[in-house]
Amino acid sequence: MWEYTDKVKDHFMNPRNVGVIEDADGIGEVGSLACGDALKLTFKLDENKTISDAKFQTFGCASAIASSSAMTEMIKGLTVDDAGRITNDDIAEYLGGLPKEKMHCSVLGRDALEKAIAYYKGVPYEKAEGDIVCECFGVTDLEIKRAVTENQLVSIEDVTDFVKAGGGCGNCHDRIQEIIDSVIGKKRSKKEKKSRMTIIEKIRLIEDVLEKEIKPVLKKDGGNIELIDLDGTQVLVELRGACANCKTSQVTIKSFIESKIQELVSPELTVKEVKIDENRIC
Amino acid sequence: MKTVYVDNNATTKVDPEVLEAMLPYFSEYYGNPSSMHSFGGQLGRKMEDARAEIAGLINAQPNEIIFTSCGTESDNTAILSALASRPDKKHIITTRVEHPAIKNICEHLSQKGYRVTFVPVDGRGRLDLDYLYDRLDDNTVVVSIMWANNETGVIFPVEEIAETLSEKNIIFHTDAVQAVGKIPIDVSRTQIDMLSLSGHKLHAPKGIGALYVRKGTRFSPFLIGGHQEGGRRGGTENLASIVGLGKACELAQKNINEEGIEVAKLRDRLEIELTTRIPRSIVNGDRENRLPGTTNISFEYIEGEAILLMMNEFGICASSGSACTSGSLEPSHVLRAMGVPYTAAHGSIRFSLCRYNTNDEIDYIIEKLPPIIERLREMSPFWKEAVGGN
Repeated sequence: MWEYTDKVKDHFMNPRNVGVIEDADGIGEVGSLACGDALKLTFKLDENKTISDAKFQTFGCASAIASSSAMTEMIKGLTVDDAGRITNDDIAEYLGGLPKEKMHCSVLGRDALEKAIAYYKGVPYEKAEGDIVCECFGVTDLEIKRAVTENQLVSIEDVTDFVKAGGGCGNCHDRIQEIIDSVIGKKRSKKEKKSRMTIIEKIRLIEDVLEKEIKPVLKKDGGNIELIDLDGTQVLVELRGACANCKTSQVTIKSFIESKIQELVSPELTVKEVKIDENRIC
Repeated sequence: MKTVYVDNNATTKVDPEVLEAMLPYFSEYYGNPSSMHSFGGQLGRKMEDARAEIAGLINAQPNEIIFTSCGTESDNTAILSALASRPDKKHIITTRVEHPAIKNICEHLSQKGYRVTFVPVDGRGRLDLDYLYDRLDDNTVVVSIMWANNETGVIFPVEEIAETLSEKNIIFHTDAVQAVGKIPIDVSRTQIDMLSLSGHKLHAPKGIGALYVRKGTRFSPFLIGGHQEGGRRGGTENLASIVGLGKACELAQKNINEEGIEVAKLRDRLEIELTTRIPRSIVNGDRENRLPGTTNISFEYIEGEAILLMMNEFGICASSGSACTSGSLEPSHVLRAMGVPYTAAHGSIRFSLCRYNTNDEIDYIIEKLPPIIERLREMSPFWKEAVGGN
């Protein structure tokens, strides 16, 4: 028997936002009957281009239904770009965690969201590209590579838990291992290179990344960010402007800012928001 | 909340009479049957009484019964003993729908130099006997075919197969874990060489099984140790459980005919009511040749784990052949071997009844399940499409 959190049980027994929006702005359908789970997401935008309504239909187990329900709750009130930054991990975290073998349910939610956003933007959905590695579940090398990179997966079993690849006949296990090796290998060399930096170099690089990569994005939504300190591996930042009062700022920090800093500075860094002037925020 | 237990192919409740029979062997009669002193040694007689009860249920001779720790041990012992008896032969035949206790050891052996043939089944779960007989060759050492399938309840013609094989001097084993105690079995009238049974499927406790080995069948032990079981299975006997299994077999023998009829009535009512009330529900497996208590029903376009967890909210305990319940990503190997389409395989639920189930419990399931199915189908992206404008 699976150990589901109370939140998973709640979202399964009382799912939010079941249904289909007829005149939806975004539509994303992923999965299939053969695969054992499938999700159809529809969302509607208001005049401010934020998601005013989202509905889902899901064929699947309790955690697939709960992940779908959670995801629709999470994206309501977000701009399409903010919603696009939600990761499968964010969905799992929202539910208080999922059993490891069920992480693919959160990936299903994320995939449907990305597909619906791609539909809205009128751009092709990236997932279709790449070469099929796992024929049983139709998983491509790009999907596997992404899952390994984003979730720090280290084994074939991990990959199966997250994207199902390798969970059928097993013929693709060698290929999956190659992908894992290539990602981990790459990470190692990056880490080696960057760990030689002094603290000053690291701070300069973080400032550089904030200036060039992160501020331009936040400014589009009327927000801003300042580096406050570097405490060991913890990057302390203060969010300004619209970001300071944004309900989803934690999602932004985790899924966007942190991943950029990890990618471009050092994978061991984490980002934490600090509020210098509490009164001003309140 | 009340519990409605309809998962008796998974395990059964220990009968109160069985428990009562066992209790003294945890307290006052704690001796070792192998001891020289009478405090322990006298218990050997109790063990032999139990052996006689077990033998009686399948009409074997007591010395043809070896106690084991579970059905899996019986199955593994049978296969390995058969292989050891003719080391020059390297071909095993079994089915595609066996329990993992046979399926996985055969797959394991296929990597150790043995050739394994898995006999297919048709859409109703019936064995392809022509396929089986066509694959027999001079190198075939053992054929292992379950008496009844644990997921669908479908009964295989093992007596007929055993008859055919005996003429060819091939060892025949049957995993009868799901059949013993549920349908009458008389091994004395068959050519079956070995038969596995398990206590916890017939209201004895977990951790006790037995292997029937027909007199004259060459045998080599799986657990090598002391002289217990005539040197055929080492390890101090699990006396309390052996006594429990004896009692359970005695009770099964007493009730088997009447029970078969009563349990089948409950099962049939459950099956008919559910498939009538719930559209797009399909019974998996041959309804003609089936265990009395088992029904496997697919509810199309929804997923089994979700059904089980919603039933769980009402205290209803059943099983599913869906992928998600097993921790694997593919639905049950039995349903896949039968070619059950994915639309149905993922939403399959097994109800397995026993003598403790009541008409009220069946009413309760009939009342609670249809709204659950309806609710999940409303959530399913495939349902509306499948039923079209209806």
